[in-house]
Amino acid sequence: MTGLLIFWRRYRRNAAAVGGLAVLVLIVAAAIVGPLVHPVDPFDMIGRPSQPPSARFLLGTDVSGRDMLAGLLHGARVSLVVGIVASLAATLVGLLVGAVAGFYGGFVDNLLMRTTDFFLTIPSFVLAIVIVAIFSPTIATVTAAIAAVSWPSVARLVRAEFMAQREREYVRACRALGMSNLEIIVRQILPNALPPVIVVSSLMVATAILTESGLSFLGLSDPNVVSWGYMIGVGRSVLRVAWWMSAIPGVTILVTVLAINLVGEGLNDALNPRLQRR
Amino acid sequence: MTDLLRVEGLSVEFPTARGVVRAVADLSFALGRGETVALVGESGSGKSTAALSLLRLVPPGTGRVSAGRVLLDGEDLLALPAAALRKVRGARVGMIFQDPMMALNPVFTIGAQIAETLRRHAGMTAAAAEARAIELLRRVQVPAPERRIRQYPHNLSGGMRQRVMIAIALACRPALLIADEPTTALDVTVQAQVLALVADLKAELGMAVLLITHDLGVVWETAQRVVVLYAGRKVEEGPVATVFARPGHPYTAGLLRAARWQEDGGRLAEIPGTVPSPLALPPGCAFAPRCPLAVARCREARPPSQALGRDQEAACWRAGEAPA
Repeated sequence: MTGLLIFWRRYRRNAAAVGGLAVLVLIVAAAIVGPLVHPVDPFDMIGRPSQPPSARFLLGTDVSGRDMLAGLLHGARVSLVVGIVASLAATLVGLLVGAVAGFYGGFVDNLLMRTTDFFLTIPSFVLAIVIVAIFSPTIATVTAAIAAVSWPSVARLVRAEFMAQREREYVRACRALGMSNLEIIVRQILPNALPPVIVVSSLMVATAILTESGLSFLGLSDPNVVSWGYMIGVGRSVLRVAWWMSAIPGVTILVTVLAINLVGEGLNDALNPRLQRR
Repeated sequence: MTDLLRVEGLSVEFPTARGVVRAVADLSFALGRGETVALVGESGSGKSTAALSLLRLVPPGTGRVSAGRVLLDGEDLLALPAAALRKVRGARVGMIFQDPMMALNPVFTIGAQIAETLRRHAGMTAAAAEARAIELLRRVQVPAPERRIRQYPHNLSGGMRQRVMIAIALACRPALLIADEPTTALDVTVQAQVLALVADLKAELGMAVLLITHDLGVVWETAQRVVVLYAGRKVEEGPVATVFARPGHPYTAGLLRAARWQEDGGRLAEIPGTVPSPLALPPGCAFAPRCPLAVARCREARPPSQALGRDQEAACWRAGEAPA
């Protein structure tokens, strides 16, 4: 537990990161308890369309008379879950590919890295659109598509870490103690390579949320769930007469992504104390 | 008495862009139970490569053992399947390395790293392994071991880390300890302590030690027999007392002269010239270009190892003629 305490002390030194974390906690809390406190179906047409925020509808209604607040709260769940699951999946794939490529080198490395390059050469948003268009747009396929376009950066980072670590003397010492390659990769090198990966993965959550929003703005996401991007898309046609309809989910995305980025920065400072003293 | 370790005709090659380098060529020696043998040579003589290749630790893809056998209790380690070899590493043969700063994993506590070996090879539970780790740290004279096992490598000094490495290497009471320049990275007072510790533990556990070093003082204090390497080949082997008193090979004689304390403050004796490039070894004796005794024959044919009285042998056409 002392490790966590030291970590928190270092993290605390970055005021912006603490602020980001506070905002993020609020957003996560809203996503979890919001729909319970405000039990309105976001697809129910419960009022006159295109109302500005009022006492009855705190954030107004959209073009179909649906409650914007309910949409925002339900959308938070979708955006966060897609963001977190997609970046977790991308991190796992990236770790696997990067670790094997970096540790073994040679032909395996070449094969895996050229595959990675292939993914990196295609603009990730376009690739995500193609993947979603091929499969039917559900939350699962959208998440998978975002993960599929996100893992290459993790793989390259992990590979570089493994290449640096595998030459270290402790790896040789582990071999001399009778460890197998798999044990050395998973139990010895991986913990050393993890800090920068954690930072990149946390920032990837923000990118994944943006990608999901972009997809649902274009109407390529699951039509059965409300997400922030979908709400912006709905408000787009009445942007000049009801600007808040797009602005409210837009600002929500902005704040969430900013908060995640600040947390990522804070993690970077806390996990790489050497960088901090510059 | 059967030998614990018998190395026969070991050759290690490194393919490079400019040709194949034979880092170790046709090396043979034996190590009895409980005996300390020193492998001596200057940088690049192949002594560390030889030590690593005993447990097949030369990184694959860089170098390979091209010939020879390494018999541990009659079992050829070079022919063993990978899984069986892993059971030998760390259990029957322990190894300590030159740089204790680098040889511990920075993200784990030292307790966890000692316990790791015990759980792996001795099948101990976590609790038993921790108790044994404390005991081992006490045995290698680390003060306050109950506290130390919770600390990370960066909390320890170089000497303490080398003690931890020794504790890890000895955790499973190996029959053989390979020590690759164990004291080179430590300062002189710590060196003496670590060597004394190794000597104590050796006596206590009855293990054999293969000591790789370039420090003849260390050889004199700790080893019973010495193997001298030059350019990847064994040039001399024998009991330390005999070799130091009457070196059979002019290179050994030169090394001893260079290591001798200059009482009168005179100029340090040196061996003229440098080690030949492993890519362009002379056809005869590799030491001939630097040898004060070299004759025409030395430059033409490589001298075989020949016996010089009891237990001592040297690979020199003029063996025994070298002035001490």
